[in-house]
Amino acid sequence: MCEETIATLIKDIKSLKEQIREKEQLLAAHLKVQSNVPCKYSEALQTNEIARYSRQMLVDEVGLAGQISLKASKVLIVGAGGLGCPAAVYLAGAGVGQITIVDYDEVELSNLHRQILHSEDDVGASKVHSAYDKLHSLNRSIQIIPLKMHVNSASISQLMSDNSYDVVIDGSDNVATRYLLNDACVLNKMPLVSGSALQTEAQLTVYNYNNGPCYRCLFPVPPPPDTVKSCGDGGVLGPVPGVIGCLQALETIKILTKSDGVLAGRFLLFDGSTSRFRTATLRPRSPECAVCGHHPTVKELQDYEQFCGAGAHDKVVSIDILRSVDHINPQQLEKVLEDSLVVDVRDQAQYRMCHLPKTVNIPYGEILKAEGAKKFSDCLEAAGKREVYFLCRRGNDSQRALDHLKQVFSGSNVNFFNVKGGLEAYSHNVDADFPIY
Amino acid sequence: MDIKLEFGGGAELLFDNQKQYKITLENKKTPWLIGDLLFWMKDNLLKDRPELFLQNDSVRPGILVLVNDTDWELMDTVRYEIKPNDSILFISTLHGG
Ligand SMILES: [Zn+2]
Repeated sequence: MCEETIATLIKDIKSLKEQIREKEQLLAAHLKVQSNVPCKYSEALQTNEIARYSRQMLVDEVGLAGQISLKASKVLIVGAGGLGCPAAVYLAGAGVGQITIVDYDEVELSNLHRQILHSEDDVGASKVHSAYDKLHSLNRSIQIIPLKMHVNSASISQLMSDNSYDVVIDGSDNVATRYLLNDACVLNKMPLVSGSALQTEAQLTVYNYNNGPCYRCLFPVPPPPDTVKSCGDGGVLGPVPGVIGCLQALETIKILTKSDGVLAGRFLLFDGSTSRFRTATLRPRSPECAVCGHHPTVKELQDYEQFCGAGAHDKVVSIDILRSVDHINPQQLEKVLEDSLVVDVRDQAQYRMCHLPKTVNIPYGEILKAEGAKKFSDCLEAAGKREVYFLCRRGNDSQRALDHLKQVFSGSNVNFFNVKGGLEAYSHNVDADFPIY
Repeated sequence: MDIKLEFGGGAELLFDNQKQYKITLENKKTPWLIGDLLFWMKDNLLKDRPELFLQNDSVRPGILVLVNDTDWELMDTVRYEIKPNDSILFISTLHGG
């Protein structure tokens, strides 16, 4: 009964919110027409705009002319995540006339520590709608356009041929999207304010502006996919992308107000673990660049997933490198825990965060080395078991670990099994109390 | 010749998770170029999987090399002649957000 009531209430609230959003959009459109009367004591701006933006208009870099430019500007923010959220807040606050925010994902509980536009009530809702609500309540006089859409060559081509953006902000989370946005910005002659963050470190620069390099000038060849870490795997401290998202808004304001000192041709590194900022001087635009050089070979958007050898998202793709008889389902795990050795191959930080009882932790990275294999055989001997089960977060590394150790210990009488789908599957199918992170 | 090596953006993981090294390069007949340094690092510091750091006698794609906070592309890349007290930073680019 109680659960039913909760579910109904959640559903009702969601639909009411949807209605409120629609009505607010309508109201905003009406108010816009009604209140579009310039202040008779100033030029171009309205009385409330002058009051509202006065603190930044008093700064030389902005002034009246800068504020008018901001009002007339259109900015595209790709990603309503750890970078896009703070960037959007400051741009909406600053009175940028039109902000389009693109994301396909829905809000998850693990986003809330850094994606500051989303709150507990938004979990499960699309990020762009949650972002719209907060930005709209912050500033009703500007236009916020939420676009729930996959970012790919087709959708970005269309978007950029239909709209002319003054600045594009890259707050995405993967390599393929970064090349895609770079090429789209070069082809459409738009500056790209690019930020990225992982763990305690972050990076920031402005590409394709004022004769500075583009992303391809710096990185003509994409990195090997197995050297790329996502926030979901490596983790990230919330304030780290927060700092960089704020700076992305700042660079955007400087570009829109035609200020000097834009971070083009320079690369900012931030290490939150030592609170150190450093700025490096970059090479200029490269004449040999495949997209912005003298003889470009990239004249339209490509297939960037193929180019990078990796998906345009930061999710993990499931692998299956074993025979079907090598797998067990997580439901079978409970029965075998008593009589077998269960090796959890996640790294130590993840294992400490949460783990099943009676398992031993030997991280996959260690297993690949001689000392890890030794540790494994010691565990095996101490446990006196012949059945070994491998377990990890999602069931990929456990397969790799099994595959590796089976070769190292070929000819032994040990039977190796993989727990299919890992601890995520365990949580879904056996016990939802095991956290999904 | 004493110099400083620095790592960031995850490149430090290949070097024992240490972000800074102070190293001494033995005098040799020809000047020390960054190209020579890369091989020295491979022999002396790189713990495992050199292919995640080096490729075709240079650094692998996605690593930016900064000499005293300047892009090595402005300093003749692998042919840059290392000076005493230089600080050379190897930074792996980040993609998360
Ligand atoms: Zn270029």
